[in-house]
Amino acid sequence: MFKYLFSTNHKVIALQYLFTGIFWLAFGGILVLLIRWQLAYPWQPIPLIGKFLFPESGGAVTPEAYPMLFTMHGGIMVFFAITPILLGALGNYTIPLEVGARDMAFPRLNMLSYWLLFLGSILMIVSFFVPGGAAGSGWTIYAPLSSSTEVSPGLGQDLFILGLALDAVSILMGGINYITTIIQLRAPGLTLRRLPLTQWGLFFSAILNTLWLPIVAAALFMVLCDRRLGTAFFVAGPLAPREGGQVLLYQHLFWGFGHPEVYILIFPVWGLVGDLLSVFSRKPAFGYKATVLSMLTITILSGIVWGHHMFTSGMNPLVGKAFVFLTISISVPTAIFFFNWLATLRRGSIRLTVPMLFALGVVFVFAVGGLTGLFLALRTFDVYVHGTYFVVGHFHYTLAASVLFGAFAFIYFWFPKMFGRQMNERMGRWHFGLSFVSLNMVFSVMMFVGLHGHMRRIADATAYEFLKPIQPLNVFLGWAVLGMVASQLLFFYNFFRSLRGGTPAPANPWEAGSLVWTVSSPPPWHNYETPPVVTCGPHEYSVPRLKGKDWLAQTDVRAATLGKS
Amino acid sequence: MERAAIQSIETPAGIPTGKLGMWVFLVSEIMFFTGLIGSYIVLRLGSAGWPRPGETLNTGLLAVNTLVLITSSLTMVLALNAAQQGRQVSLRRFLLVTALLGLTFLGIKGYDYAHMWHRGFTIASSLFGSCYYLLTGFHALHVFSGVIVILVLFKASASPALSQMTVGRVEYSGLYWHFIDIVWVILFAILCLV
Repeated sequence: MFKYLFSTNHKVIALQYLFTGIFWLAFGGILVLLIRWQLAYPWQPIPLIGKFLFPESGGAVTPEAYPMLFTMHGGIMVFFAITPILLGALGNYTIPLEVGARDMAFPRLNMLSYWLLFLGSILMIVSFFVPGGAAGSGWTIYAPLSSSTEVSPGLGQDLFILGLALDAVSILMGGINYITTIIQLRAPGLTLRRLPLTQWGLFFSAILNTLWLPIVAAALFMVLCDRRLGTAFFVAGPLAPREGGQVLLYQHLFWGFGHPEVYILIFPVWGLVGDLLSVFSRKPAFGYKATVLSMLTITILSGIVWGHHMFTSGMNPLVGKAFVFLTISISVPTAIFFFNWLATLRRGSIRLTVPMLFALGVVFVFAVGGLTGLFLALRTFDVYVHGTYFVVGHFHYTLAASVLFGAFAFIYFWFPKMFGRQMNERMGRWHFGLSFVSLNMVFSVMMFVGLHGHMRRIADATAYEFLKPIQPLNVFLGWAVLGMVASQLLFFYNFFRSLRGGTPAPANPWEAGSLVWTVSSPPPWHNYETPPVVTCGPHEYSVPRLKGKDWLAQTDVRAATLGKS
Repeated sequence: MERAAIQSIETPAGIPTGKLGMWVFLVSEIMFFTGLIGSYIVLRLGSAGWPRPGETLNTGLLAVNTLVLITSSLTMVLALNAAQQGRQVSLRRFLLVTALLGLTFLGIKGYDYAHMWHRGFTIASSLFGSCYYLLTGFHALHVFSGVIVILVLFKASASPALSQMTVGRVEYSGLYWHFIDIVWVILFAILCLV
């Protein structure tokens, strides 16, 4: 028991991350139901659970509680659901296995990183039960709303900030491990050009974390000082106790991290999708080198485009113009690897397995999210839709839909390796189909109501004359979200039932080429008895002149004779 | 030990694993102080009245502290030198001196805080005060953690045979210690001199 609880083994830590992330994913999903109920039927009692959650109002969401719901939904989903699953679980599980190492470079640091996240999780839970309730500042924690105890007095706000700070330190520790392990512990023959794309994605993601998370950590500590130590870094005007600081400074610091954060979460997904499209099209990933270089380019560009979140903040218009140009230039590398995906699919022998379905889902939803992002990058358009549900729909397509589908693709693809059992294929297909349809209904309709001017973060659209005609769409959204959350039950049932009841998985159920599929499922405690010797890249599918099978494992000694190296 | 076995694997990049890890960590530390110092610059440029150098702070005392910390960087280099040459006794002596200099820095810092606070210059008394305590406070926390690291090394280096790993650890901790030193020099310059 102790061996598993406080383990330094990367596979155990990865599973701890995975289960923590899945718990928070479910939790954040339930918060969505409450939010959408309130928007669909404002101030009506919530059926069944309402009486327990809001006894003082007879079961209806209270005006004080509504901001807490969307704040905690955002904070939890970004930092405690998606981050642990895509960085914590995907990173920890796959990096040592895919580079042919026995463990991470710093196993004890790795363990510490998980337990800091756990501590942060506890703070998040506690924050719901303290006087004044949970944080209500929005997940962006904008000052002075967050930094003034006059407007948000609750202890929940402090716990939320502390929880995020712990989460940030945990991710930083993980990042040190990811970068060091990928650079240092690669098996003989595993050159950087032979690294699976997933590991490239995780590598760039860790670099962005190392660079930009400390900035937001500094900003969060300054908000805490403003709240509890009487400073006025981010307060100005009537709220300030004396000479004020600068309100806009917080936004610059936050988005300096906030925009790279999008790529921090999406890079592992991009890499994973690149690998999966190759495996299930039975073709080498098209333009491998260009894909990696475009990720590198985006890593650099993502640090200098944050201003596009602040077009309406009153910053210098000339600076805004520069941010428009820089933001739009990101679409060039993005388009390069997107077309590489499509070219990988072209004329492939496509196998529509469940992970492949989710990978294709990512391709679709990312296209929608990316293209609507182009509109938002234009200041003239952004000024019109800023702070509306158009923005909410857009960032849910990129940050929620793509990342969520990516997380599911990861879990379905790696489940046999992690647990030695297969998940039910049929149920997985239904899960994908229902999720895909309901998710698109939700996020596209959000963009429509946003174009109509529906503001985000309002609790009751019927209070506004011009929004009354589109209230039926809010009702529709409520039911669509219910469908989306309900279809995840299929996943939870499938996941937990397959842990014990799934059919035993062979070492390589997907006929994939990368290193990890050469060891048993689940892998031995220390992965590789002797360091594997790598002879070719991870994507050698449909190899000509090869008899019996259509792919080469990365350790196959015939690679050189077949001209694959 | 298994952990040692993992770390001693020959490295493709030609740099020890521990050293690379320390550098990645230092990059994130640099960005953390970049956030704080950057905010200080922005707040100062946007502020109408800012105290002139020497007006509020005890520049002389802080200059002494700068000297203490720079000296401790020197003794840390001497400690590494001793470690690389296998001179265990002088390694331990220099580690101890470094830690004591670090504690001296913290002692002077504490005296300075108490003195200033007593005079009414607190974290909440002015924007400059807020910045002063925020920047130097986070720096002092780093010095404190550095002292602990060095004391742990001091204890670890007591075993009769100096392992290659200990030598490596002295080197990587040294990187961290010098980083703390450099941050202080920058803070001293922007808070007291400019």
